[in-house]
Amino acid sequence: MDAWLYPPPPQRTVSPRLRWRRLADRLFRGAVVASVVVVLAPLAAVLATVIAKGAPALDLAFLTHLPKPVGETGGGVGHAILGTLFLALGGLGIAVPVGVPAGVFLASDRMPRLAGVVRMCADVLAGVPSIVVGLFAYTLLVMPFRQFSALSGAFALAVIMLPTIVRTTEEVVRLVPPTLTEAALALGAPRWRAMLGVVLPSAGKGVAAGIIAAFSRGAGETAPLMFTAFGSQFLSWNLLQPIAALPLVLFNYAVSPYEDWHAQAWAAALVLVVLVLVANLVARYATARRSA
Amino acid sequence: MGRRSSSSPSDAAFHATLVLAGLGVATVLAGVAWEVLDLAGPAMQKGGLSFLTGTTWDPVAGEFGALPALYGTLLTSAIALLVAVPLGIGSAVFLSEIASSRVAAVAGVLVDLLAAIPSVIYGLWGLFVLAPLLRQHVQPAVQSVLGDVPLFAGPPLGVGYGTAGLLLAIMVIPVVTSVSREVLKAVPDTQREAACALGATPFEVIRGTVFPYARSGLVGAVVLGLGRALGETMAVTMVIGNRYEISASLFAPGYTLAAVIANEFAEAFSPEYLSALGGLAVVLLGSTLVLNAAARLLVRGVRHGGG
Amino acid sequence: MSLASVMAPVPVPTPSPGRVAPPVPRADPSPALREEPRVAKMVVEDLSAWYGRRKVLHGVSLPFVKDAVTAIIGPSGCGKSTLIRCLNRMHEIQPGAAQSGRVLLDGRDIHGGHLDPIELRRRVGMVFQKPNPFPTMSVRDNVLAGWRLTGTRPKDPDAVVEDALRRAALWVEVKDRLKAPGGSLSGGQAQRLCIARALAVAPEVLLMDEPCSALDPIATARIEELIHELAPTVTIVIVTHNMQQAARVSAYTAFLYMGELVEFAETAGLFTRPADPRTEDYITGRFG
Ligand SMILES: Nc1ncnc2c1ncn2[C@@H]1O[C@H](COP(=O)(O)OP(=O)(O)OP(=O)(O)O)[C@@H](O)[C@H]1O
Ligand SMILES: [Mg+2]
Repeated sequence: MDAWLYPPPPQRTVSPRLRWRRLADRLFRGAVVASVVVVLAPLAAVLATVIAKGAPALDLAFLTHLPKPVGETGGGVGHAILGTLFLALGGLGIAVPVGVPAGVFLASDRMPRLAGVVRMCADVLAGVPSIVVGLFAYTLLVMPFRQFSALSGAFALAVIMLPTIVRTTEEVVRLVPPTLTEAALALGAPRWRAMLGVVLPSAGKGVAAGIIAAFSRGAGETAPLMFTAFGSQFLSWNLLQPIAALPLVLFNYAVSPYEDWHAQAWAAALVLVVLVLVANLVARYATARRSA
Repeated sequence: MGRRSSSSPSDAAFHATLVLAGLGVATVLAGVAWEVLDLAGPAMQKGGLSFLTGTTWDPVAGEFGALPALYGTLLTSAIALLVAVPLGIGSAVFLSEIASSRVAAVAGVLVDLLAAIPSVIYGLWGLFVLAPLLRQHVQPAVQSVLGDVPLFAGPPLGVGYGTAGLLLAIMVIPVVTSVSREVLKAVPDTQREAACALGATPFEVIRGTVFPYARSGLVGAVVLGLGRALGETMAVTMVIGNRYEISASLFAPGYTLAAVIANEFAEAFSPEYLSALGGLAVVLLGSTLVLNAAARLLVRGVRHGGG
Repeated sequence: MSLASVMAPVPVPTPSPGRVAPPVPRADPSPALREEPRVAKMVVEDLSAWYGRRKVLHGVSLPFVKDAVTAIIGPSGCGKSTLIRCLNRMHEIQPGAAQSGRVLLDGRDIHGGHLDPIELRRRVGMVFQKPNPFPTMSVRDNVLAGWRLTGTRPKDPDAVVEDALRRAALWVEVKDRLKAPGGSLSGGQAQRLCIARALAVAPEVLLMDEPCSALDPIATARIEELIHELAPTVTIVIVTHNMQQAARVSAYTAFLYMGELVEFAETAGLFTRPADPRTEDYITGRFG
């Protein structure tokens, strides 16, 4: 009948100032989303290239055979795969016995002063350039023997792995509810028994995840091996002899002038990426399940 | 509290073992510093400050000047930070402030994978994909516009400071992102709510309260990224061009401290030569030690409440 | 809907039949209230709210009378905070949060297109349970935060700062340390700083979520005084666990229980003659 019965439509009286603020907000969000996309693009690009270029050269022979001399085609990196596993596991063999108890120490909150210093040392050690770690292993274990060796390589990797193991162990042990320890102590168990029998088992998965993550980190390292493990054309299990490693082979092939070796470098890269990322994802999966 | 009785001899032994392991970690760090200093001693005594300022690197003549490598390290790291800081902090803001928890979880894993890829693989990719791309397309294009600027002078080689810097950026970003994300997460939600309730847009909330609150931690993230950039070896070695010179051009080949050590250490033929390489390592180690210690203090400051 | 309800302000809605509690106070209103027409600054209509699948508010309806103090009481977890967070759309910014029903400000739905939530929050200010000053800003900048964050500045910032701090009963204590960081104040001072911060942008409605829970009795008394002083010009909604406080400061009281509005009435009436047995149990301390 007349306009009085109907309310006027709500007027959007948005001030220019407010419109500008809204626009700035939207631009900011856009920029932030874009930055993630830009950040992840190289991941996609690197993985895609490694797969595209590595897969064609990858076959069973490549994984199992020894390298052929320059000029001959074929040959593989079997020795380097085993060498990398050997070095990384050897590194763990040195780093775990130190890193896990050190992590437990940090989580125990006894002697907080010293724990603070140790924690800082672990953090700083994580930031020491890996090439410098290699140099350290060289002066400690290569110079005295006048001999590049698997031992020195494993030691260098152990130093690289150590901070990861220490800090994850501390973190996961801290996650164990203190009531669990208290319950064990209340039953009259000594502290160390409570720790070994109750706390470590319930944090076990997390500790294992830290160890696998450390393995993943160590297995991909090249720089610290260049003048320790050094590389070799053969398969050797002698701790005091040089040993091949996948990243070293990859590097040497990549900077060589031969097309054939470039192709092998890509294949080696594919193997290395799979090894490292699988270990990394396994570690992640274990921790994700833990905290869930 | 009253369970002092539980500190039995076996307990004391157990605790002693833990302490010993903790001391072991500290010893390793001290050992690294000691051995590297020891190795570098002769070179530093002989060269003194001129070791840092000299520009000639002639092992045969026994002349060792670190400046070109130092310059290359600083320049590539600066390029890397210039690229990585905005992208890294931007990604951290996305992960902690904007994305839903599910998207953030997935994207966070991907960013961490970026960090997990070994640097030698980035080097391979940089050498065979990124460098040719820059040489064929990007560098000529830039030169056609800015050819007269010394910063972009010289023949397009693909390898050089700029390429190394970009590659470094990719490797530094996950460090900056994950530390920044941690720092942003430590900002209490009450701060965000307070700003939001005053009528601030999400952007204004982040700029006005979250960033200031997290500032020192974000600085720590950047410093940590710088530490990573300075010490990164393999990828840079593969794309820096390995020329012991100082050039103003981003397209020019150069060298970095870590790359010199990586390329020459195994072949160093004299004690002086080894010692000079040790000297480079001391510079590298010294700067990363300081940066990392500082960064950890900054980041921890935020986690323990404000500032 | 009639035009009248679109134009602000609207009269308090008459009780609809079957409501648990009549939204209009019964029993002789105090003289002050009788003189002026009571209008509702804000009205909540059939408001429900969820966190994920969990429904925490069940069809709550009540008015908030203009320039008066309304207290919301109820046992812990009954949805008091959720309710007042719905009034300035702070509820919806939480992940998984959802709501239904209407919230009117001056008769218009705050979810209607005419009002940006950003403007709304400026008109409907909020003080939180825990004092949350900005530690990186000075005391002065904290007071001006509502302006500075949004990139604006008042004509005379000094006057705004002094006025807001005076009204928050903090001026005397901090006038010589306006440059000190916002984190350097005591808990009670910090809470009054947060109130000053909310007042500095001249909100029409002030939501206070247990503003005194972190404070000692003296600071609490200060803030109650402040509420009295503000009441003639600002519509105040205060959540409190303290029955005496509700009785002291408010003109109206809403009793919320397990997400439902059990009773809404003039404070004096609700505390002396509660209509619902649950209200009686609660205010006499038999549960909650
Ligand atoms: N962010 C959230 N996510 C999930 N559930 C929530 C969330 N916030 C509150 N709740 C739940 O919603 C219900 C109502 O919470 P609300 O905070 O509104 O209660 P309240 O009355 O303010 O309690 P209190 O007096 O303790 O502050 C509670 O049961 C609470 O557990
Ligand atoms: Mg509450």
